[in-house]
Amino acid sequence: MTVSLSTHAETPLEQKRRFEHGGTTMAAGHRVSLKNLSAWYEDQHAVKGVDLDFEPNKVTAIIGPSGCGKSTLLRCINRMHEEIPGTRVEGEVLLDDQALYSDAVDVTAVRRAIGMVFQKPNPFPTMSIFDNVAAGPRLSGTKGGDLRERVERSLRSAALWDEVKDRLNQPGIGLSGGQQQRLCIARAISVEPEVVLMDEPASALDPASTLRIEELVEELKTRYTIVIVTHNMQQAARASDTTAFMLDGELIEAGPTEKIFTKPDDERTERYVSGKFG
Amino acid sequence: MAASAAAISQSGSLRGSPLSRLPDRALRIVLTALAVAILTLIAFFFIRLYVEARPAFARFGVFGFTFNNDWDVSRNVFGALPLVVGTLITAAVALIIGVPVAIAAALFVTELCPRRARGPLTIMLDLLAAVPSVVYGLWGVFVLIPKLKPAEQWVTDKLHFIPFIGGASVAGPNYFIGGLILAIMILPIVSAITREVMATVPADHKEAALALGATRWEMIRTAILPYSRAGITGAAMLGLGRAIGETIAVTLVIGNAPRIGSHLFDQGYTLAAVIANEFGEAANNPIHRAALIAAGLVLFVLTLLVNAAARVFINRRTALA
Repeated sequence: MTVSLSTHAETPLEQKRRFEHGGTTMAAGHRVSLKNLSAWYEDQHAVKGVDLDFEPNKVTAIIGPSGCGKSTLLRCINRMHEEIPGTRVEGEVLLDDQALYSDAVDVTAVRRAIGMVFQKPNPFPTMSIFDNVAAGPRLSGTKGGDLRERVERSLRSAALWDEVKDRLNQPGIGLSGGQQQRLCIARAISVEPEVVLMDEPASALDPASTLRIEELVEELKTRYTIVIVTHNMQQAARASDTTAFMLDGELIEAGPTEKIFTKPDDERTERYVSGKFG
Repeated sequence: MAASAAAISQSGSLRGSPLSRLPDRALRIVLTALAVAILTLIAFFFIRLYVEARPAFARFGVFGFTFNNDWDVSRNVFGALPLVVGTLITAAVALIIGVPVAIAAALFVTELCPRRARGPLTIMLDLLAAVPSVVYGLWGVFVLIPKLKPAEQWVTDKLHFIPFIGGASVAGPNYFIGGLILAIMILPIVSAITREVMATVPADHKEAALALGATRWEMIRTAILPYSRAGITGAAMLGLGRAIGETIAVTLVIGNAPRIGSHLFDQGYTLAAVIANEFGEAANNPIHRAALIAAGLVLFVLTLLVNAAARVFINRRTALA
């Protein structure tokens, strides 16, 4: 089972697979592998030769102190890092067995396959709730009843439908912060990705909204491979199956979350998770 | 900290001496006076124009003067409608041609061009504003009019089924050439403001669009244009203000025929052009002189209305953000 990333049109079979994926049944997820991945801003070496696998249908948390390169690492996975002028990536990112940085790969297809939720809720300010979620599917030509159905399904998946179903035409920025972030999650999954990246998705939210996001992450992992960057260690401990610890651009240690938080192999991990620095 | 404590203990209190407050007070008085002077000037200007124009308004009526389609110096009949229409047509052509080009230029500079080319390009675009308008006018007379005439004739022949544009015999100087010159002249200001507005689109929104798999153009359509729409409208209105008031360049290429042209490629006249052209000969004819000043007043009001509209658009934008 592979995801189509090249520019060629989808075959009916591929399309069918993709639609089955968008459904609510448990689907075989997709693995993301980083092979000796390095990233730079101008001369600053922000990610240094990281090898890491993100398991299908698991939540992987990346933790580490500010500036350790965890967000940069995340942005390399869906090739958003290259949108910043003066940046550079080396090494490989694989989705199943496809190299995302190979020349034949269409970058917009990568981003449709690997969705992203940002640190600050960022709904499009001029658009209604409906249009915010519809923006992605519309790019690939979905319209009419299909579009409405897709929007509803995405909002339901993001646990927001019941709160907004009667005011889909109101502006997205009229929602509360936590609702806005769930709207952004709905927007991210509206294009039916295989992997969802979350860059500190709850750092701008209050504790109650944070918990809702974490519950949502738990639900979403039945359908997606999830990578979540967080500087909140409790959150990593609560919400993830696997945890990776980064320091100064290097991956120090990765393993089952429980192990990382109770008996890590590396002494620096131990000091970080016990709050001695960072 | 220690120094200010020492200063307080030296003067014995926290109250500064009256002398130390003097500069601030003087500054306020001077600035207030200047601000009042500007407003007074505008008010005086308006009143003076009205007083000078009154003979024309008294003879033809305010509405009669503005909306009568008859401007004939030899009969001393002055109805400014051909001028108003000419002004509006040229300004509209300027917007239709100039604004899309200005938006495209702004998009190219902010989103597409290599970072190193951004500075030089911006400066070149801004330099268009530094060319004196009489130079644009002469360029229009000696280059645009002769070179474009065959092209204009071709367009009007091909589009013969469209009223006002098609099936005309092209006059050398005409509304279209005037509008084209104006389009070039409003390009720098419209583009500069559009650029500024686009630079304020948060990176968040652009990244949100890109992360959905948008191409660059789709990102521009999804994130940048909706966010900047009101600002671009304001920019266009300011450009319109400029296009309405521009005098010399238009005077040189509009044909100076005081009648409503029958098509886009016909000769016409504008409010500003008629004042520039006829003021010398009007010196000995009080009613002609009054009519020209009245034309100036109409122009003034038209520009005010356009600028007010631009303000409203820009303010609504600010309120939204």
